[in-house]
Amino acid sequence: MAESHGGAKGPASGAHTEADGGHHSGGFPPFESSTFASQLVSLAIFFVLLYVIVSKLALPKVGGAIEARQNKIEGDLAEAQKLKDQSDAALKAYESELASARTRAQAIANESRDKANAQAEAERKALEEQLAAKLAEAEKTIASTRTTAMSNVRGIAADAAGQIVQQLAGVVPDAASVNAAVDASLKG
Amino acid sequence: MKIDPIHQFNIEPLFTLGHIGNHTIAFTNSSLYMLVAVAIIALLMLASGSQLVPGRLQSVAEISYEFVASTIRSTAGAEGMKFFPLIFSLFMFICVSNLVGIIPYTFTVSSHLIVTVGLALLVFFTVLIYGVAKNGLKFFSIFVPHGVPGYILPLVMFIEILSFFLRPVSHSIRLFANMLAGHIALKVFAGFVAMLGFSLGAVGWVGGVLPLALTIALYALEILVAFLQAYVFAILTCIYLNDAIHPGH
Repeated sequence: MAESHGGAKGPASGAHTEADGGHHSGGFPPFESSTFASQLVSLAIFFVLLYVIVSKLALPKVGGAIEARQNKIEGDLAEAQKLKDQSDAALKAYESELASARTRAQAIANESRDKANAQAEAERKALEEQLAAKLAEAEKTIASTRTTAMSNVRGIAADAAGQIVQQLAGVVPDAASVNAAVDASLKG
Repeated sequence: MKIDPIHQFNIEPLFTLGHIGNHTIAFTNSSLYMLVAVAIIALLMLASGSQLVPGRLQSVAEISYEFVASTIRSTAGAEGMKFFPLIFSLFMFICVSNLVGIIPYTFTVSSHLIVTVGLALLVFFTVLIYGVAKNGLKFFSIFVPHGVPGYILPLVMFIEILSFFLRPVSHSIRLFANMLAGHIALKVFAGFVAMLGFSLGAVGWVGGVLPLALTIALYALEILVAFLQAYVFAILTCIYLNDAIHPGH
């Protein structure tokens, strides 16, 4: 792999020689060994400083933020799932409640219809009985009134027959024979 | 008007910190840009808030975190997360200092071999020490590949051992050479624009269009390279660490 970068170094060396021919006083700066100690000491100081900052402060902080976000997302997803389960359960409960309410309503409707029917039937029966009783009574009244009227007719007929006989024959007929004649006539 | 593509790599001491032996330890422009990179990373990672719904800056911080974490998991497995701070520091340090270095008139920390060698050796010794501490002598089984016939095994082992010890060399030179070459090429092409414009007058202004277009294209490429080399450095670190974590594979 180092060989492949020899090519990249080519222009560097080319420029190097060109610069050496120029006015630059020192050598090629990256190879000036007098600066090595200073650079190594600075590198050690600043790299250790960076390492301490990174390992003690930066990574825990950024890692913590990422982890907190991850936890929050997972927590929120779990919460959402829980709420969804709850709403599903509520929906199920609502549907079963609705179904049972429907059957109950059906039952109540049937029951009340039956009751209403039965009551109407009973009322109808009572009314019929009442009407039948009234009819019978009325018939009885009619019958009695007829009997009375018939007996009155007999009296009136007997009276009228007596009068007619008295007018025609000038004789007052005997009441018993008149009654007998009227009866016979009524029967006939 | 002379092109001096090397000037940008000069190390200028800003003030002296002390002496070790006969070496003078100075706070240089390189030190300053290391500090800038550390400050930018610290600012990005620490000042970006920890909101549940991230803002832009926090998104960048979290994307870097997830990016490095997933790189480690995919190359070195879950056990590699032990080295998360190290790899994250390496990646961010190189990436940020490269991206800062691409801004004109700034300095690129990783354009100096000694810096990339320092980082590569840090990785090399981390792998070596962790590998031996965790696996004991079994660690050296990485030099003995499975299924190699006995008669060429010594040769293969020699190559494996050599490549293991050459790792820090390729690891460091890859980053260094890419940054150095890119910056020199940019400077040379950008210098052509100015040179043509100043020396040839109106003709030069027209002629400068071509190197200008090339400079712009190179600049875009260098932005990619700045990120890519940081990623390559980090992923190679992961692969090397994987040897230390799972020497059997």
